[in-house]
Amino acid sequence: MPLPLCSFVPEFFNMITYLAKRLFEMIPTLFGITLVSFLILQLAPGKPTDVLTEMNPKITPEARERLEKLYGLDKPVMVQYGIWLKRVVKLDFGNSFSTDRRPVLEKIWDTKQPLIDRRLFITFLINLLSMVVIFIAAIPIGISSATHQHSLYDKITTVFVFIGFAMPTFWFALLLMMLFGIHLDWLPISGFKSMNYEALSLSGKIWDRTQHLVLPVFISSFGGLAGISRYMRSSMLEVIRQDYITTARAKGLPEKTVIYKHALRNALLSIITLLGLSVPGLIGGSVIFENIFGIPGMGQLFYMGVMTRDYPLVMGILTIGAMLTLAGNLLADIGYMLADPRIRAR
Amino acid sequence: MTDYSLKKLFWKRFKKNKLAIAGGIVVLLLFIIALSADFISPHDPSDIDRKHILEAPGAAHPLGTDDLGRDVLSRMIYGSRISLAVGFVAVGIATFIGMIFGAISGYYGKWTDRIIMRIIDIMLSIPTFFLILAVIAFIGPGIWNIMIVIGLTSWMGVARLVRAEFLSLKEREFVLAARAVGASDMRIIFGHIMVNSMAPVFVSAILGVASAILVESALSFLGIGITPPTPSWGNILTLGKDNIEIAWWLSVFPGIAILITVLSYNLVGEGLQDALDPRLWGSGE
Repeated sequence: MPLPLCSFVPEFFNMITYLAKRLFEMIPTLFGITLVSFLILQLAPGKPTDVLTEMNPKITPEARERLEKLYGLDKPVMVQYGIWLKRVVKLDFGNSFSTDRRPVLEKIWDTKQPLIDRRLFITFLINLLSMVVIFIAAIPIGISSATHQHSLYDKITTVFVFIGFAMPTFWFALLLMMLFGIHLDWLPISGFKSMNYEALSLSGKIWDRTQHLVLPVFISSFGGLAGISRYMRSSMLEVIRQDYITTARAKGLPEKTVIYKHALRNALLSIITLLGLSVPGLIGGSVIFENIFGIPGMGQLFYMGVMTRDYPLVMGILTIGAMLTLAGNLLADIGYMLADPRIRAR
Repeated sequence: MTDYSLKKLFWKRFKKNKLAIAGGIVVLLLFIIALSADFISPHDPSDIDRKHILEAPGAAHPLGTDDLGRDVLSRMIYGSRISLAVGFVAVGIATFIGMIFGAISGYYGKWTDRIIMRIIDIMLSIPTFFLILAVIAFIGPGIWNIMIVIGLTSWMGVARLVRAEFLSLKEREFVLAARAVGASDMRIIFGHIMVNSMAPVFVSAILGVASAILVESALSFLGIGITPPTPSWGNILTLGKDNIEIAWWLSVFPGIAILITVLSYNLVGEGLQDALDPRLWGSGE
């Protein structure tokens, strides 16, 4: 429906104030997230620098003290938190404890590497593609099983959804690796590029990356697909029982218009929120599939950091992961606002 | 409306749901298997037999052997204990915390509610699996640590649920009556409102068991959950991954066990939910 300009201008201002309010509300949340990330560090027995000193048996007590001072460990916990927070604001997560001692941020977002090989980008790309797959597949599945409630199609998708919920992602990944990677030998089972990648032409390179992406993206979208198509179905079922749908039908609109124009827009509202909420699950899941498929993303780095007690790295990735989640929520808010005129008018 | 008729209505609906009944039977069977593991497992789950390593399923070992020659079936039977224990204890912890937070938040409202809701927002925006992984890696693996950490990171849903129940119940007549006769806050919260909001909490707990089992298996698979020699479905799968090209049985069977278990809990949970939902009572199915 075309909006008259006179109503669009105040609406636009309403949107801006709404978004500003949402952004403002995120500040305490972000603060809390950094606090949680920091406090986790305190859970560890001993001092974080023990990891560094243990590896070096020749270290003198003075050197140990110097190291502790360097990391501010001689100060009270809350002061340490303050110092850390001040650096985090500037996106400085300190240097990794691993042997290369590189800054955490550089390990996650290495500007010397091409974009496609930066860890955060790889994880982001896979998650984004999964979201797209979920959105493209789940919505039609949900709509058609709602409009054909109790049909065979509806029953089959219901079974699929329940299995999708119960399927351990990592197991499914193993099975697909066995099938497509080993038995059929169609897809590579590990890594994010082939050994001969550098020698390939541009289209060869793109094809190579695509092949490496197929299984991980499929796996990471599978669980979400089940959940969101189920949710879409019930949200659609609820909407098509509403009076305004009956009205739309009564005034003689074709069924297609009723479903895809009147019902869908309303049913989509809750899905948008849900997609925003599914971001932390997707990011968390990246640890599992990046590990299985040997993909050099942020999840794999996090796992390595956790196993080697690389504290600055772990805290850095926890904070970044949470920031991504908040960004996802904000995007969901924007989407919600664009889809729902009631929020714009407020 | 007497309690009796409500129960009868509930059973009538639940019994009609064949999938939920099937799920319930599987859940019951799993309990029996876990409790009688000592009697029904064909071998000692930690018996190492170097002469029969990575043996395919056969008469002696129905589900094959692992890389140390241990019987996979026996390890899976004992592994079911881990899944059950982790599932129930973790959910117990989560439900307890969630009920307390949700009740306080919904009952007192105002700034108490705002603070608690903010805490929930924070917990929900940290990728939970990252958080669990970090905490377990720092405090060390082990069954108790896993139960506690899963519990501490999965209470938010229950809290929201209980809060919503409290918000809708706290202005109802029976609560106002209790307050009028001078019942204490504690008594109103636990004796009057909580008992009336248990049904959805129970459903979410059943569904929670399923997801706790999934998280435990994923952690064990990554090598930071239940660590060998203690058998768990997740850590058998790790061996499956390491021997993916030669021993399919190590990957296939534990996964099926997890799938069926989680599926059954979900079916029971959904069945209960539908049976408890009065909006669905009228629809003649």
